[in-house]
Amino acid sequence: MSFSLPSEVEKKVDDLLGRYPTKRAACLPLLWICQREHGWVSPEVIHYVANRLELSTAVVKGVVTFYTMFFEHEVAPNVVWVCRTLSCDLMGAKVVQEHLEKRFDCHAGETSKCGNFTLLKAECLAACGQAPMVQINDDYFENLTVESLDAVIDKIEAGIASDASARSVEPSEPSPSGGSTL
Amino acid sequence: MTEDFKPVLTKRYGIEGSETIAVAEKHGVYSQARKALTTMTPEAIKDEVKKAKIRGRGGAGFPAGVKWGFLNPAEGQDVYLVVNGDESEPGTFKDRTLMNNDPHRLIEGCLITCYAIGAHVAYIYVRGELAHSIDILEAALAEARAKGYVGKTPFGKNHPIEVYTHSGAGAYICGEETALLNSLEGRRGEPRLKPPYPAIKGAFGMPTVVNNIETIQAVPDIIEMGGDTWYGHTVLGDEWNDGGVRLYGISGHVKTPGVYEAPVGITMRQLIDEYGGGMLHEDRPLKGVVPGGSSTPVLRPDRKVHAPNEDDRLHPWHGMSEIDVPMGVETYRELGTMLGTTCAIVMDTSVNMVEACRNLMKFYKHESCGQCTPCREGCGWLLDVLNGLADGSGKPGDVGLLVDIANNMMGNTICAFADGTAMPLLGFVRQFRDEFEVAAKGGLPEESRLDDSTRDGVERAA
Repeated sequence: MSFSLPSEVEKKVDDLLGRYPTKRAACLPLLWICQREHGWVSPEVIHYVANRLELSTAVVKGVVTFYTMFFEHEVAPNVVWVCRTLSCDLMGAKVVQEHLEKRFDCHAGETSKCGNFTLLKAECLAACGQAPMVQINDDYFENLTVESLDAVIDKIEAGIASDASARSVEPSEPSPSGGSTL
Repeated sequence: MTEDFKPVLTKRYGIEGSETIAVAEKHGVYSQARKALTTMTPEAIKDEVKKAKIRGRGGAGFPAGVKWGFLNPAEGQDVYLVVNGDESEPGTFKDRTLMNNDPHRLIEGCLITCYAIGAHVAYIYVRGELAHSIDILEAALAEARAKGYVGKTPFGKNHPIEVYTHSGAGAYICGEETALLNSLEGRRGEPRLKPPYPAIKGAFGMPTVVNNIETIQAVPDIIEMGGDTWYGHTVLGDEWNDGGVRLYGISGHVKTPGVYEAPVGITMRQLIDEYGGGMLHEDRPLKGVVPGGSSTPVLRPDRKVHAPNEDDRLHPWHGMSEIDVPMGVETYRELGTMLGTTCAIVMDTSVNMVEACRNLMKFYKHESCGQCTPCREGCGWLLDVLNGLADGSGKPGDVGLLVDIANNMMGNTICAFADGTAMPLLGFVRQFRDEFEVAAKGGLPEESRLDDSTRDGVERAA
């Protein structure tokens, strides 16, 4: 089973290759494009990227395993990252994690029983002034309480907060983080 | 002092639509790139940046003007500008506000800097998690290209400049400049052995300047008001060589966490009380503060500056609390800590410092790239020993063991990550040794969980 990108996305890849003096430099951006299309970086994706950039699959695999955000296994449609580094932990990140574990009926690192969410612990996500926070797919949800977190998850479960609309649905997005406190 | 301060870097924050080129231009963005590219020589721009004495805002605090001066490209070599927006140091969340609120000013900074250092391509490397910031930058870049500001002849000048974003994928180490370059080149983000430094052999083997986003964003301001005037915002004395304004962040147990702009040289006490709104709970005073990102050794308010001799550089603050020393790259180095990114993590008396330290060591263990043995193994052992202290299986010699491991990491690796792990560990042990000794004897009590003091029920000040 081989992997390929839709032709309009292939055009983006050509544009991407023009940005760098070497083909190899497009490795991370191309992996991103593939992961957004496919959901995770499967062996077929690695094969495709290696071919497209004239690299060995071992080299591409080496890149994939280095970076936390490339998924080497299938994940649920919604990936929830709970920031557990110091500023967030001081403000209740553990409560957030425990609440989600209970609600999803799984441990951090696993996919929920319903199959809609993969729950992961994250190291500092650069939103320390808005702790505690979670990242769900591309969106940050900040200054969380158990109630506001539940509201976010409820909306996702109800299918309201799709990737695109979540940005306008949630109060903490897309406002420019702590700058607003100036 | 904060009342008559007029924001410089953040003056367009909060303006409706400031991320669009029409609004940005109306508020002065690109006027300085136009001026610089059409009326100034690269040398004149570099002179202004040198006069500004801007210390790099990414944490190491190297003077940006001096860094630019290291470039000496051979005939036919391309020069690259790489802007570091990896922003992954725990406690640090300032660059995101610049990208989101004022992306065109960042592009303007890239244009001026590229022209000054003779580069034709700039890459803005942004951590992968900040997908929205990348979208905002890409939209701004498309507008700037449509106007011709980014392109073959910016402002009519025959000096083609292209600016691209490049997304990371979740690796703290990619904030280290040579790891970032490897990541940009499509490799694993493992730091390179130095020398050669990036100024000699950087991106794609070519001479490269790597600067933090905030540093580049300040360049148009420096051109606008002149290096000397920009420098003059600092409240530090001239002997500290530290100019201008900068962003400060504050998080943890304060009433109004966030990102604030202030002159270089305010004190940590001011940052906490005047900007952070004071401690979150009235009955829980300040216990310790990590001053500028997790790699900077912790300060405690009850510890006094000891500089009895007149020729000690910190003599003016002799006998005062550590948090009353003005925040500057060199003042903080004298104090035995580091200024870092000036984004502070504030901890009140509810915090057990063994737990705080253990939290950060978890981070470092996860983020060590694994290339050098002292770092890969050292980070793991530091966490193992701390886990032992926490769960009650510690031994009396464990505190000494921690110090030993840390000392064997420092200076024995390719990059500064190991030092950045060992220094805060040693800082925590030095400042709060009694807590570590107690834990080594009997573990930690249940209530030492860090989030004992959640914000629930506490109204955030507006």
